[in-house]
Formats: sequence, structure tokens, C-alpha cells
Amino acid sequence: MDSPIMDPTILARIQFAANISFHILFPTITIAMGWALVFFKLRYRATGDMKWMDVYHFWVKVFALSFALGVVSGITMSFQFGTNWPGFMEKVGNVAGPLLAYEVMTAFFLEAVFLGIMLFGFRKVPGWVHTLATVLVAGGTTLSAFWIIVLNSWMHTPVGFEIRNGVVHATDWFAIIFNPSMPYRLAHMLLASGLTAAFLIAGLSAYRWLRNDRSPAVLSAMRFGVGVAAILIPIQIFAGDMHGLNTLKHQPQKVAAMEGNWETGPAKPLLLFAWPDEKARENRFEIGVPYGASLILKHDPQGVIPGLNDYVGQHPPVAPVFFAFRIMVGVGMLMLLVSWGAALWLWRRGEPHPWLARGLVAMTFSGWVATLAGWYVTEIGRQPWLVSGVLRTSDAVSAVPAAMVATTLVVYLLVYAALLAAYIATLFLLARKGAAGKPVETGPTPHPNAFVAAE
Amino acid sequence: MFNDPAVWLPLAFAALMGLSILIYVVLDGFDLGVGILFPGASGADRDRMVASIGPFWDANETWLVLAIGLLLVAFPIAHGMILTALYLPVALMLVALILRGVAFEFRAKAEASWKPLWDRAFFGGSLLTALTQGYMLGLYVTGLESTLPTVSFGLLTAVCVAAGYALMGATWLIIKTEGDLQRYAVSRARLALVLTMIGFLAISVATPLVSPRIFTKWFSLPEILFLSPLPITAGLLAVAVFIALSHLPDSRDRFRWVPFAGSAGIMVLAFFGLAYSFYPFIVPDRLTIYAAAAAPESLAIILVGALVVVPVIIAYSAFSYWVFRGKAGELRYD
Repeated sequence: MDSPIMDPTILARIQFAANISFHILFPTITIAMGWALVFFKLRYRATGDMKWMDVYHFWVKVFALSFALGVVSGITMSFQFGTNWPGFMEKVGNVAGPLLAYEVMTAFFLEAVFLGIMLFGFRKVPGWVHTLATVLVAGGTTLSAFWIIVLNSWMHTPVGFEIRNGVVHATDWFAIIFNPSMPYRLAHMLLASGLTAAFLIAGLSAYRWLRNDRSPAVLSAMRFGVGVAAILIPIQIFAGDMHGLNTLKHQPQKVAAMEGNWETGPAKPLLLFAWPDEKARENRFEIGVPYGASLILKHDPQGVIPGLNDYVGQHPPVAPVFFAFRIMVGVGMLMLLVSWGAALWLWRRGEPHPWLARGLVAMTFSGWVATLAGWYVTEIGRQPWLVSGVLRTSDAVSAVPAAMVATTLVVYLLVYAALLAAYIATLFLLARKGAAGKPVETGPTPHPNAFVAAE
Repeated sequence: MFNDPAVWLPLAFAALMGLSILIYVVLDGFDLGVGILFPGASGADRDRMVASIGPFWDANETWLVLAIGLLLVAFPIAHGMILTALYLPVALMLVALILRGVAFEFRAKAEASWKPLWDRAFFGGSLLTALTQGYMLGLYVTGLESTLPTVSFGLLTAVCVAAGYALMGATWLIIKTEGDLQRYAVSRARLALVLTMIGFLAISVATPLVSPRIFTKWFSLPEILFLSPLPITAGLLAVAVFIALSHLPDSRDRFRWVPFAGSAGIMVLAFFGLAYSFYPFIVPDRLTIYAAAAAPESLAIILVGALVVVPVIIAYSAFSYWVFRGKAGELRYD
């Protein structure tokens, strides 16, 4: 019998999941960070206060670094569609193809070309052109998110097509683009990006504050990050709830796995913890709030919640979806607590308490954790389907020998681990350089390093 | 025949994909070539070399994404066949592209003590990208099979494509730099030109030999008469580039565009030669563009977008090159 470790489908999934998990970290930052840069630039143009340019020039570096990592890992993905999932394009290429093509044509070139002007054109083009370039880069990243979310949502809730000779053909593009789960998923993802960028900005600014960097730019950036987080998190909780209700309607088996609910029935508790045992088809060590799940999902303590036993052989693996969902919600609650606490403190006192600053530093990458956990919920929750009801994941996998997939997987994992370490280390290094009072933002300091002379 | 969308749409998409590959080879060719020439340059010159491509490389690489995206969406079956046949070189190329791409940022932003390491990643990533792309070209030309002769041929084309990119990189640097760095670029351009021409000769000889079909396409009357200007022009361009290089650097910086333009011209001609050889096949001798094409209604909706968007992309790309025209100076964020 083949070892499950060498099962080509599992390996192809691990490889693709590793790559897409690594990739999503960076767009999640840049989508919202682009708009934050637009905001900083507009504040500068409105007030003439140089501190906003200081903020801009610090965060544009973080943006550039994050963008580069997003680009290179995104290119890898465009190839892995073919190397890992040839069956995907063969079956649904007529729908997925145009959506991906429009993403490349309308978003990728726009952001890539104007990124050059945004990063290095400050002294080469008029101020308004530079601001416009920043807007176009931010718009490009958002447009890119739109197209890819359209495709991803269609994979969850496919509509607007017919199957001829075993191949999907598009019949209604409006229905495909505005498929039932798209608006919810898009809102949820854009808000996730906003929160990720907000906590990153607040966290790194707090780190600089703790290193005695008391420049007005640092405090302004911290306030901006905390303020945006405090505004977005309640909206996100609401949007997440709506998204959950939408999922209940279209993918009830996913919600059943999220809730760890085995038997369909009324008056279901909200499980705070449990150990779902898929063999015995029951939970161990259950701790729950009575009627909680029924109240949340049906707004009625006697509401009937679908159970996994109605979908034997058709539902996702329960434990990963169950735990990932709790991690996402848990981090969300922590975000609410920290951002509102910090906002209240900063509003009352003006400056952070060292412990508040440490708390913000600890939350620097909280957006990553919640975003990844959320994507695991929705993507693992779609299994065993790649496109719900249309194409099974196991039917799309390539015939490449498992050993080859395993070898390249190890190489990719090593590269990603090294790059992630280098990325995080570099962010904190940039913050320390800023805190050391070096002319990070202004000053014509000649530097042997021509590429980034701003240091 | 052009009334039938099942005929002209695949052709249009093959042309669009070809255009993307061609633009990629010329534009990212010079980016990668600059990376390949890294080891011979000093620290300050390296910064200037990176500055000469810093604002452009990202957009240049996007043409590869468009090309592979068009292969994916317009010829999905071919995409699967080609990429699974080239699984390992593709994976190596992706790792190389990752290293090269992130090195741009990390070499400037990470701890100074790490900079030599990121410089090596930049060079290694650029070289490995060029080598793997050349290797894949060799395997593609010989029919996507891994036997001893095809692999050896792939290794030869790997070196030649790397030399071709180095030629593009060196001639780009001749335009964008001055002084010692420009002299260095001129000397490397000469070497790269010789290697590139050997490579083109090897591919031109090998392709008709491995495929009787291609042999007939080239070496029968009257085709040979229509086609002869292609290699002749390429040869003349090579001579022109060689002469220009022996006069450079020029004290008043005249003719600095000639080597780059000539080299790009050689690339374009080589591309058309290959395209002519393989048409109508997208997987050599196995699958034609017509058999591999996606459904006409899906292709039509992409084509409409492409006809509107691609000219706009070319226009704002040109604007970006215009903004960063002239000799490469310091790249500054502020």
C-alpha cells in the first residue's frame, strides 16, 4: 500500500497550499497598504506637514518589499496551475481562463508599471503624477484581488455555465462574476487586508516607539493603524457573520464542519472547544454555550443546524476546518479587544503606555494568522471538491511522479522559510534604522547603495 | 477560413502569446543579462546596474505571466502537457525567479553584512533563470522528450540563451551607463555576441535535423527564397552590432543605441524563425493550436479585453521608460 505521504494528490495539495499560503501573506498587506499610502500622500498634500511624507517614505519601503515577495510567489502560482492541476484548466478553463486573463491584463501590468514611478519617480514626475501613480498601484492591487476572488468564489458557488462533452462552458458572464458568494468573500477579504495592514502599521510603529523614536511620524502612523483597526474590526465581524450565513445556504457541510456538528437538529450549542473524532463521528471534550450555534446561524435558539452525518463521504475533513475557524474567530476577538483598548487609551492620553505598545508589537502579524486560518476554513471546507459539485480535487491532479513533487516541495519550503525569516527581520531592521534617528525619510545623504539611497 | 472563429481565434491567441514571449525575451532578457554580468562589476557599479533596471524589471517579468497565462487560458491542454513535461526545469526556474526578484529589495534593505549574499542570489537567480529557460527551449525544440541527445542539446541551448540575455544586458548597460561600467559592458557584449551567434547557428541546424517536417518547411522551393532574408538579415545585424561594439565607447556617446537595437533585432528574427518552424503546432508534432484551443466564446471575451488593454499597457510602459530615460543615476525613494 502506498504511504499517504507519497500520495500525489496530497503532495500536490501540500505544495500548492504552501505556495498559496506564502503568497497570500503579501497581497494581504499590499492591497490595503496601497490605499494607506494614498492616504498619507493626500494628507501631506492637504496639510503640507512633512511628517506625512516621513510616514509615506517609511511605509513605501515596506510596501515595495512586500510587493516583490507577492510578485515572485504569484508567478510561481501561475505555473503551478499547470504543473500541479492540469485537470482544473481542462475542465473549467473556459470560465477560469478569462477571469485570470483579465486579472493579468487589467491589474498586474497596471501595478507593476506604476510601482516603478511610485517608488523611484518622486523627483522625476510632477507631484500629482506621483500621487496618481500611487492611486493606480493601489487600484491595481485591489482590482487583482477582485478578479481572483471572483474566480475563487465561483469555485465555491459555481453558476452561469453548462457542461458540454464533460467540459464547462460559460453561458452567463454576469452570473459568473457576481456569483452568490462573491460579494461576501470579497468584502471579508478586503476587510482582512485592511486589518492586516492596520495592525502591521500599528505594531511596527509601536516597536519604534519602544525604541525611543518619538518623531511625530511614528505617533501619527500608530494612531492611524490603531484607528483603522478599531473601525474595521466591528465591520469585519459583521461581514464575517454574513459570509457565514451565505456559506450555510450554499455549502451547509462546510458550516457543519466549522461548528463540529454531527447530527442535524435544533438547539445546537456553540462549541468553544472540542476534539472532533472523525472515526467515531463524534466530539470529545466538548465545551459549549447552549443554543449558541442555533442563535448565531438561525437567530433562533431552536434553529435547526445541518449536521455532518447528512453528508457522509461528501464533507471536508472536520478537525482542520473546526480548529482553523476557532483560531480565526479567536484572533478576531483579540483584535477587537486590543484595537478598542488602544484607541481609547490613545484618544484619552495621546501617547501609548509601554505595555500598550508591547501589546501592539505582539499583534503586528495577527492579521496574517487570522487571514490564513480563514482561508484554511473556506478552502479545506470545500473539499473533496475543487469546484463544488463540478470537479473533485483528486480528478484534477497531474500525473507527475510523487517523488518529483516531494523533492520540489522540500525546495520550495526551504526557500519560503528563508524568505519569511528575511522579510520579518528586514521589517524590524527598517524600523530600528528609523528609530536610530537616521535620515530614513529625508536628507540627501549620499549612500553607496544607489538602489535605495533613502537609508 | 477567417469567417470561422474556431480557426482565427486560436491563431490570434497564438500571435498574442508569441508577442508576449517576444516582449518578455527582449525586456526581461536585458534584466536577467544585467544580473548575469554582476560578478565582474565592483560594488558601486553593481548598484548602478541594478538602478538601470530597478524601475522596470517587475513590469518586464509580467510579460512572462501574460504569456504563460495566455497559454493557460487559450490552450489549456497544451499548458498541462508542456508544464508537466518540463516539471523540474520549471520548478528550478521559479526558484531562480524568486531569488532574483526578492534580491532587488533585500540587497538594498537587509543588514549590510548580508548584502554580498543577496548579490549572489541576484546573480545566481538571474543566471539560473536564463539557463533553465534555454534548457526548456532546447527540450521544446527537440520534442519535449528527455533522452541523452535532447538533454545535451538542452544544455547547449541553455548556455546560448544565457549568452543571448547577457548580450541584451550588456548592450542595455551601454545605453544606460558611462565610464568604466560602460567599457566593461562593451567588452562583455563582444563575448556574449559570439556565444549568442553560435547558439543561434546550433538551433538553426538542429531543428530541421530533428524534424523532417521542419526540414521540408525551410528547404524546399519556393519557400527557401522567401525565407532566406531571415538568416541573412540576422547575420548582417550581428555584423553591425560587432562593428558598433568595436567603436564603443564613443567619446560623444554616439551609436550607444546600435548594439541594443541590433541585438533585439536578432532576437526578433530568431523568434520568427522558430514560430515559422513550429506553426501550427503548440506541442511540437503532437498538438496543434487548433486542437488545443479553449472554447471560442471564452477566447472571444478575452480577445476583446486584450485588444483594448494591451495597447494601453504598451502606452503606459513606454511612459515609464520615458520617465526613467537617460543614464541610470541613483535610485531614490524620496
